[in-house]
Amino acid sequence: MSVATKTDKIQRLAELAATKETSTGDSLWREAFRRLKRSKMAIVGAVVIALFILLAIVGPYIAPYSPTAQTWRGEVFPNRGEFVGMRPENWFGLDHLGRDLFSRFLVGARQTLLVGVVATLIGLTIGFLVGGLAGAFATLGGERGKRVDSVIMRFIDIMLAMPSLLLAVSIAAVMGQSLTTVMIAVGVVQIPVFARLLRGSMLVQGSSDYVLAAQSLGVRKRRIVVSQIIPNSLSPVIVQATLSLATAIIEAAALSYLGLGNPDPAIPEWGVMLTQAQRFFDSGAPMMAVYPAVGIIITALGFTLLGEAMREALDPKLRG
Amino acid sequence: MSLLELDGVKVHFPIKKGVLFDRTVGHVYAVDGISLKVEAGQTYGLVGESGCGKTTLGRSVLRLVDITEGSVVLDGTDLAKLPGEEMRRFRRRLQMVFQDPLGSLNPRQNIESILSEGMVAHGIGKDQEERREKIKSILDKVGLPSNALARYPHEFSGGQRQRIGIARALVLEPDVIICDEPVSALDVSVQAQVINLLEELQEELGLTYLVIAHDLAVVRHISDVIGVMYLGSLVEEAPSDALYAEPKHPYTKALMSAVPVPDPEVEDQRERILLVGDLPSPANPPSGCRFHTRCPWAQAERCSTERPELRDVGGGHRVACHFAEEIAAGTLKLTAGEVVSATREGVEDAPPTLPEQAERAEAAVAEAEEAEEAEKAVKAEKADTVEAADAPEKADTAEEKAAEPLEAGKAAEPEPRKAVTTEKDATTEKDAKDAKDAKDAEAEKAAEAGKAEKADEAV
Repeated sequence: MSVATKTDKIQRLAELAATKETSTGDSLWREAFRRLKRSKMAIVGAVVIALFILLAIVGPYIAPYSPTAQTWRGEVFPNRGEFVGMRPENWFGLDHLGRDLFSRFLVGARQTLLVGVVATLIGLTIGFLVGGLAGAFATLGGERGKRVDSVIMRFIDIMLAMPSLLLAVSIAAVMGQSLTTVMIAVGVVQIPVFARLLRGSMLVQGSSDYVLAAQSLGVRKRRIVVSQIIPNSLSPVIVQATLSLATAIIEAAALSYLGLGNPDPAIPEWGVMLTQAQRFFDSGAPMMAVYPAVGIIITALGFTLLGEAMREALDPKLRG
Repeated sequence: MSLLELDGVKVHFPIKKGVLFDRTVGHVYAVDGISLKVEAGQTYGLVGESGCGKTTLGRSVLRLVDITEGSVVLDGTDLAKLPGEEMRRFRRRLQMVFQDPLGSLNPRQNIESILSEGMVAHGIGKDQEERREKIKSILDKVGLPSNALARYPHEFSGGQRQRIGIARALVLEPDVIICDEPVSALDVSVQAQVINLLEELQEELGLTYLVIAHDLAVVRHISDVIGVMYLGSLVEEAPSDALYAEPKHPYTKALMSAVPVPDPEVEDQRERILLVGDLPSPANPPSGCRFHTRCPWAQAERCSTERPELRDVGGGHRVACHFAEEIAAGTLKLTAGEVVSATREGVEDAPPTLPEQAERAEAAVAEAEEAEEAEKAVKAEKADTVEAADAPEKADTAEEKAAEPLEAGKAAEPEPRKAVTTEKDATTEKDAKDAKDAKDAEAEKAAEAGKAEKADEAV
């Protein structure tokens, strides 16, 4: 045996020895999750979100009073600027109609979460389908596919060209005043964002070597899209979904604030509560606005923190 | 009959422009008429500098890019004419190993999934159990442990990843494997391992390779026949040993002359042919012989008008040059570029001084001295330049000159293996500087600085 082949063998043995003896490897998802667990930002965000979800679930059950009953009607005189602030039986005080603000805050969390999640889901689902379709046509459809892609994307551009709040207001105005309207309006605004993001990500992956390799193996196009391109294009979409939960909650609050939300103002929701508090902000009851506002801010911050942490965890460039 | 035959293969990419509707404004002639034959069980090496279209050719064989014209015949079937689904099925017999071992493996699939993808697509193996057995035996062949199955590409070293890439091609039991720069992304020590692996596999399984590379040593080691590509077409094709022993095409001669020899005495005797200019744009290839713009032996009459075909000059040695015999006999004179001693000082790190440029270079040096001692003597300097028979300096050219230091700085960077274009050089003052030797570089910079100031004043 020559020296060259000997060193060759030794080198190869060393290489084999260097690979871990565990039987399963680490997928990129699992690695990302491990990185996420180490991130302080992610933990803070996750804790905030968990508390918010907990609040949304148990809120109505632990609320000390009915959120709609005007129990202390006789103690509040909005036109004279006389309100009731924090006191032992009403922790957050009373609103302008003599309702317990703490109970309204607890119950309102559920509506707020529902609006945020459903709106984001609407945007994500439709945006994913549209963007995925455009991306698939653009990457593997050849000349014809590129044309289909550009038709789809021009529609998306039109949607994107409209100011988002204006679009939401017009949708809400056409469909009438209801919570469902708010969800749909906020969701539709998110569609082009998700569609563009997924398509862009797919285009990048579509021109990568492993897609070319799959083609040269003779893998069918549909399978290349589903098993190669899409799994690798998901990271930015997941991050965007987390981040847009925060925006959705704020936008839903804005629509409620404009009076396009739930037609029954008695049912508490943080956005509605903010609208109601506005009238009394400088006439005796600024705290009425502070509670829902702080609630919205902290929740949005929680989602943003988690989203940012996920962006870092999923970024393959940071993989060490 | 050969296993794989390419006949007049052309791949032209349209260049599109337009706001709403795309218009085709031209073509990139990436592959422009290539015919070659790969015999069963042999290795065909394809070499050429980057941008010459060798990768595109490799991909066109697999129809990963559309073939504009010509035919690719594998074992009697013309792939260029196969409809989509049949082509997909035919790809089993024609596999590819990619340049970037990590980039060509899906980062989110484990090795088992990567290797079974192709088998699933072609219906090889009844169930995953059967496929796994096959994968294990292939992994063993390419020297990977069987516990690699559940791992992901990023958990392997570069050499191991390329082994995975080779294994992926092998599981389909192809007839031909196209290796596109199989080792250029690897460490030198690992390169040898992978090359040896490819050779072992060829012996064991009777594989046929089409190896695309720019590394002459790698290609020489592995190939039986070598084709040299230049700007989308073959310029020379010969059995490996014949090509290295006696390259006939001027381009091949220049390439070979750039390879250092490990023997110091031979190395001292070695001569280098310095080419002028860069690879022309494949969107606008030169007329006639594609190489005539850079050829040291380019002749006035035929080279720029008539495109040479590959012709046999004996012993299976095919050359696309009108004057191959004359060049070999030494009866043709150099018309551009030059032959220098490979060990001459400054050959590697600075463009050489061409005869017609020497004068200008001297002028520039004089100028540099002038600039050093007197910045205020604008007039004197102007006179100096005029005397030096340079282009007269006028206010309207001032802008151009202001941009000079930057450009010239770029040009002053070492440019090994290439000299600077001759024709262009003769015309502009800037290029005259390019022609200087490394020792002049500093003086040159000073000259430019002086000129830039002058230009400012003129503006």
